[in-house]
Formats: sequence, structure tokens, C-alpha cells
Amino acid sequence: MSIARFWRETPRRYNLGGSKCTNCNTVYFPPRSVCPECTHHRQSIEKMVPFQLSGEGEVLSYTVVHEPAEGFEMLVPYVLALVRTTEGPVLTGQVVDIEPEGIRIGLKVRATFRKLREEGKAGVIHYGYKFAPAEEADTTPVARSPAEPAPEPREPTRARA
Amino acid sequence: MQAGIVSYGAYVPRYRISPGEIGRVWGTDGEAMGQGLNVLRKSVPSPDEDTITISTESLRTALVRGAIDPQQIGALYVGSESHPYAVKPTATVVAQAVGATPNLTAADFEFACKAGTAAIQTCLGLVGAEMIRYGVAIGTDTSQGAPGDALEYSASAGGAAFVIGREHVICRVLRTLSYTTDTPDFWRREGQKYPSHGGRFTGEPAYFRHVSEAARAIMEASGTTPKDYQHVVFHQPNGKFPQRVGKTLGFTEAQMRYGLVTPYIGNTYSGAALIGLANVLDHAGPKERILVVGYGSGAGSDAFDLETTDEIAKFDRSFGRPVQYYLDHGVALSYAVYAKFRGKIHMGGE
Amino acid sequence: MREVAVLGVGQTKFGELWDRSFREIGIEAGLQALVDAKLSSADLGALYLGNMASGSLIDQEHIAPLILDYAGLVGRHLPAFRVEGGGASGALALHQGYLAVASGLYDYVVVGGAEKLTDVPDSAASAIASSAADHEWEVVFGATLPALWALIARRHMHRFGTTREELASVPVHDHAMAAKNPNAHYRNKLTLEQVLGAGPVAEPLGVLDCAPFSDGAAAVVLGPLEIARKHTEIPIRIAASQVASDTMALQHRKEFTTLASTEVAARRAFTQARRAPADVRVAEIHDAYSISALVALEDLGFVDKGRAGPEFASGKFGRGGPLTINPSGGLKAQGRPFGAVGVAQVVEIVRQLRGEAKDRQVADATLGLTHDVGGTGATSVVHLLERAS
Repeated sequence: MSIARFWRETPRRYNLGGSKCTNCNTVYFPPRSVCPECTHHRQSIEKMVPFQLSGEGEVLSYTVVHEPAEGFEMLVPYVLALVRTTEGPVLTGQVVDIEPEGIRIGLKVRATFRKLREEGKAGVIHYGYKFAPAEEADTTPVARSPAEPAPEPREPTRARA
Repeated sequence: MQAGIVSYGAYVPRYRISPGEIGRVWGTDGEAMGQGLNVLRKSVPSPDEDTITISTESLRTALVRGAIDPQQIGALYVGSESHPYAVKPTATVVAQAVGATPNLTAADFEFACKAGTAAIQTCLGLVGAEMIRYGVAIGTDTSQGAPGDALEYSASAGGAAFVIGREHVICRVLRTLSYTTDTPDFWRREGQKYPSHGGRFTGEPAYFRHVSEAARAIMEASGTTPKDYQHVVFHQPNGKFPQRVGKTLGFTEAQMRYGLVTPYIGNTYSGAALIGLANVLDHAGPKERILVVGYGSGAGSDAFDLETTDEIAKFDRSFGRPVQYYLDHGVALSYAVYAKFRGKIHMGGE
Repeated sequence: MREVAVLGVGQTKFGELWDRSFREIGIEAGLQALVDAKLSSADLGALYLGNMASGSLIDQEHIAPLILDYAGLVGRHLPAFRVEGGGASGALALHQGYLAVASGLYDYVVVGGAEKLTDVPDSAASAIASSAADHEWEVVFGATLPALWALIARRHMHRFGTTREELASVPVHDHAMAAKNPNAHYRNKLTLEQVLGAGPVAEPLGVLDCAPFSDGAAAVVLGPLEIARKHTEIPIRIAASQVASDTMALQHRKEFTTLASTEVAARRAFTQARRAPADVRVAEIHDAYSISALVALEDLGFVDKGRAGPEFASGKFGRGGPLTINPSGGLKAQGRPFGAVGVAQVVEIVRQLRGEAKDRQVADATLGLTHDVGGTGATSVVHLLERAS
């Protein structure tokens, strides 16, 4: 059980609370207490202030994961990406609401709030950020009602079926 | 009443399953079942979604649209019958996730499908009494029907969040009242995974009686008739019940057009009437009158007599997705993947 | 500082050693090295043991004195140290042993590396491997170690046009090399088609792009170069031993196609040895994933940045070329018992430099390099070894 370990990070994991060095204006996520960018890094001590990320960003690199991390077993295959936020920091996170075929470098994404893992059936549930495509065209196809003729199954639909 | 709706947001997960696909597995004519219920497809949450995440998504949308400082939220209530924890509030996680903690009161509501409307009434009281600046009422469910049960063809997932305040009200609440009795039409006992219901007993003595009594009572109190409303929203356990109760009360298809969303996303339980209302507000201009009648088994109906204000013309709906998007879009699942997503498959080691 | 030499080497078979325990393999490798060095245990000064995860793998921490004890050396009450640096634990232990001898504190030390991975299910071994990445900000969000390397691979492909086939040429090369290594976990040959057709782990990496989980141990005996000839006809001088670090999480790097820790460690090592990459004849480099080897070739200075894919796929790093890469088969084919890897790399290079590598012998092996990485490069270790004249 690692309740406190998760709990103490909730401001970061739920809300993307980072920090900013008021000496050189670099933004960090997760927050840092000392700025690695400042030449004499002691200059930044006590000059790091909380800074809120917007959750908007762009995919720098991605992979489709088939051998999952703990807690992600039900989501296989899932997309994991390096996301550069508009404020600068790069985050590692899952991209949801997209089929593996749709992911690409340069895709615009926004942070979303999802379950990360559960401590078994009876334990606590951990939540945090994941990312979803920011633009409609990149997410979800038009739903088909049963009365409509069945189109050729798209690759993504088949992947889930 | 001074307090009203100042912002709102809705969220529906992206996966869908059709009654035909469900029926295929259980050897019944699912398409006929779907036509009977007027349900074309229902939403299915991803395995990493639950009432907490859906509530958070819809509230985040509402807060951005209304440019509301989360620290000004004085009360946050989440109505649901599928809270992820039996003990430990959904509302605290949602409050933390939107940055509303720590100076607020929060609680989870449960009243079958009307817990969300009950939360709105509570917020109206607190805001109206000027005890708080903003109150948040959310109705969300990731409801489940037992495999093969009639409920499985409609029980779905989604939610909507409403921010109640006194400033920049986009939709006034002219009146609200409720009609409540002890009627055991649908229930889930502690520790049971799936709900039970009284079959056809859920119809006349339950849904129809409570919805029509509450609708008649509020129109009588307001001195209105169905013709006074541009829109009407009923609780919608399927696509048929609201159509029938609306017709009985004297409403037209046109008045129900935006408020009826269940045919496209299924019954989102605590979210159902609220997503219907969100869809109405997505389309409404100023000075449009809306009647909302929720229903929760057990049983009760909350009725609201609403009117949009001039503020709605200035309201920025561009952040987040309109309800129409969720009605039109989705990724179809096979029953097998649906069963996996909904935890219906017995995994090894359990 | 004294010059330090490798006086003796030992290594167990790598692979699925179902009937052998952690302590058995640790002792076997250590005793082999002592015998090879013609060293009496009475001369021994200390033990440095590289190990990544014994606590998670066999529920046993505090393993350095345990190995000394069961090796029969308890009576001397020697100092014993466990050194941990993810997958680079063995190489880090070597650096510590090197410093101990160079400083004059001890004359002779044993540096061992051992890991027993098959005592846990594969899923647990995967989770343990991923613990070399940043648990709180990578693993919790769905990252695994292969997934993080896949992010590097995708970025490399995007930026330099590296192809899937070029990645796949790495395991094909490694298996061809390991076919001649009796200690290797895998000695079967692989075709490009087999690698490309293997099941995906984290795209673009498939099962055969990833090194296996192996059991195994390796050990070397270090001593002062000036008295090395008492122990061996061909002392192998440690010409450089350098360690460099970087951010724990990949996401915090400025560049995702290069390991700055490897670049820096290599630069320092070549400076220390007053040699250049072109002088190296044989190298054991980190290839836990196919992309790891390509990035390493660039960061170590063996090829220009971005060129590793086509250059490696051309076959120029096979036996007979100016530089032979991973004659042991590398992590991919010789095996990957985390803490043993960095030491086993040195064992192979020593055998190559001594001319004892039998049918996998690289001709004119005079200067050799070893390169080991922890996680996605938060730790890199580079050693240069040469035949003492």
C-alpha cells in the first residue's frame, strides 16, 4: 500500500501544478526546488514559485504499448507519448480516446483526468492526468446507428473488436 | 428566485454498443429491443473512466466556460448511484481535481437517477440564502445492467455539471418542486454489483406517476401550460418513456427535440435529464422557457421551471464539446470488449 | 593514483538457471576470477558487488557479505559493498573497485555482478526493470522501460529517418555473435524477418528487439598494474573508468535521441586514456533494446549523429571490420542479468584483449571499450581497456 506516496502528489497528478524559476523564468513539471538552468544554481534557491500548466501540448514522440505497466492491463494496446506542454515542460503520459493508428508526432493534445491504477479490488483508486486529442478530427468517428448500412470496418474499430 | 445556472458542461465517454450487438450475445432480437426502447446505441466508459473522472471532465468544462474561479465554489455535490467507493466521497476527488479545495462543503448524493437534480435543488438553497457564492451540482453515472437483463440494453455512462450562482445567470430558476413517495420499483442492495427492478412495475406506478404529478404540480404553481415552454426535458430511462409522458402531458415532439438524448447515448441515470438540459442550453437563445422533470426510482421527481436570460447570448460555449458531439460520435465495441471494459469478465487470481 | 589492471575474470552461463541460486552463481563467478588471477584469498582486500534488485527479486538485501560468507571468505572479515545503478550496477561496481585499487586503499579487490531474474514471474521482472526509470513521473503514468526506449526510437526515426529494418539489424547481429559464445542465453541465429515479425512490446520495438531476463553472474579481480605480471601473462590495463549521470526521467532531457550521460562519460574516458574512438577495435555496448545500441554507437563517437541505423545495418560492425561490436552477443543474446551485465562486458573484452576468445576472437584487439546504461541513461558508465605493453 502506497497511499501517502500517491496522496502527497495529488496537486501535481490531478492539476498539473508545476513551478517556475523567477530568476530565469524556466517552468518545471513536476515542481523543482532548485533550478537546473541557472548557471549558479544557488541563485534560484527560494526563488521557485508555484506555476500552473494549462494541460495543452503537442506530441513529441509516441509508442503503442503492448506489454503494459501495472494498472494499464485493461487498456492494452495503449498509446504512451512525450508531450511538450505550451509552457515548456515535457510530460510522459498516456494518450486516450485515440486509436493507435491515429497517433502522430505533432498531434495537439490536452490533459484529461483518468484513473491511473487501483490498489486491487479493495484498495484505493489513484487518479491523474492523461492526454486526449485536442481537435475533434483526431478523436472519434461518427457513430453509426444500427439502421444504417454497415460500412467496411475501419482499422481502429476492428482493433477494439 | 435569485439563484440560477451560471455555467454547465457535459461529458460522455467515447465508446458505444448497440442493442443489436447485445442481443446477438443473449440470443434475443436486440434490434427489436432497441426499437422498442428507442435506444439506438449506448455509451460505454473506458476502463480508466468512472463517475469521478466523468464528473471532473464535465465540471472542468463548466468552470472554463463560465470563467469561474474554483476557489469561489462553496459547495460541491455529486449525484450518482455508481460512486467508485461505497465509503469515501466522489465529491472530494472532484473538488481537488478542479482546484476547489479546501474551503468548501462537499458530499455525494444518491437517489437513483435523480441525485443530480436533488443536488441542484440543494445548491439553489445555499446560493439563494447567500451562504455560498457558487454551488456545483453534478449528475453522473457509469451504470450497469446485469448481463442479459433488459437494463443492459440502455444502462450507459455520462454526466453533466451545473454551476449555480447569482451573478451572470444564463438560466433563471423560476421554481422547483418535488414529488416523492416510497415506491420500490428499482434498487440495488449493499454489496450487489447489479441493480434489481420490478419489471413493468417501473412504469405506471413509478416513472409515469411521479413525472406527470411533478410536471402538473409545477405548471399549476407557475400558472403555465405546455404551450408556454420552448423546451421540455424528462428523465429518460429509455427513449420511449419520455416521449409517452410528454405526449400525455400535452408536449410536442418539437419541444422534446433537444432534451431527449437517450436514443443516442443510452440512459446515463443521474446524468440523463441533466445532459438533456445541457443540450437544450447548447441550443437555446435568450428568454426561452424550459421545463425539466427528473425522476429517481424509489421514488421521486424533481421539477424545474427555467428561463434563459440575455446572458446566454454572451455565454462562451466554445470550450469543451457540445452535447450534440457526443450524440453523433462514438467508437463501436463488440460485446466481448464491452464485457472486458465493464469488468464483466472474471480475471484470474480474483 | 596507481594504474589498475584486470588480473582475472570469471563468468557463469547466462540464461534460465532454474536449478541454481543467487548465491551459487555469485560464488561461481567470483571463485573463477580468483583462480584465473592466481590470487590467494589471503591477498584479497574487498568485494564490490553490482546488483540492481535482489530485494525485489529474491527478498534479500545485504548481499555483499552474504556472497563473501558463502564463498568461504568470512574468516577474513573483509569489507564488502553492494553497488546499485539500475542496469549499470555492475559497471558502477567496477568503477568503485577501480578507485579502491587506484587510490592504494586495497591492493586486490574482487568486483562481481550478479542477478537472479527467473525467481519471479516475467511480469514482476518487467516491473523491476522499469524501476530503473522514474517511478513517480513515468511508470505511474503507464511507462515501462521498453516503452521509454521506444519513445527514443520513434524520435530517432522521425528525426534521422532511421528505419524499422535498421533497428532489427541489431538483434540479428547480436544473435550471430552469441552463436559462438558458450555462456550466452541465446545461441540461435535470427533473421531480419523473424525480428520484424515478432510480437510487439512497445512499438516500434518487438519482443526480439528486447534483451531477455536472464540469470547470471560475472566477476573480475583488479590489482595494481605494477605487480600484475605476478598474476597474469597478459595484464589488461584499465585505461579509463568514467561514470556520468543525467536526469532520471527521459522527459526532462533537452534531447531525446541522444544519451548525454553516455556522450559525457565517453568523452571523459577518451580524454583520460588519451585515445580516440577510432582506436577502439572491440566494444561491448549497451543494447538492452535495439535502439539502445544505435544511440550508443552515436553517443560513443563511433558514427556521426543520426547515422547509426544505416551504418550498423551495412554490417560494418561485424567480425573482421575495424571495430567489432558485442562479440559476446551483447545484452540481447548473451543475456541480461541486470547487475552482472557491466562486469560480463569487461570479462568479454579482457578475453578478447588476451586473445583467449577462441572462435569469436577479434583480430588485433588492442583497445576495447565497455558501455553500460542504467534506465534510459540516468547513469552511463564507459571503460577503456587495453593490453598492457
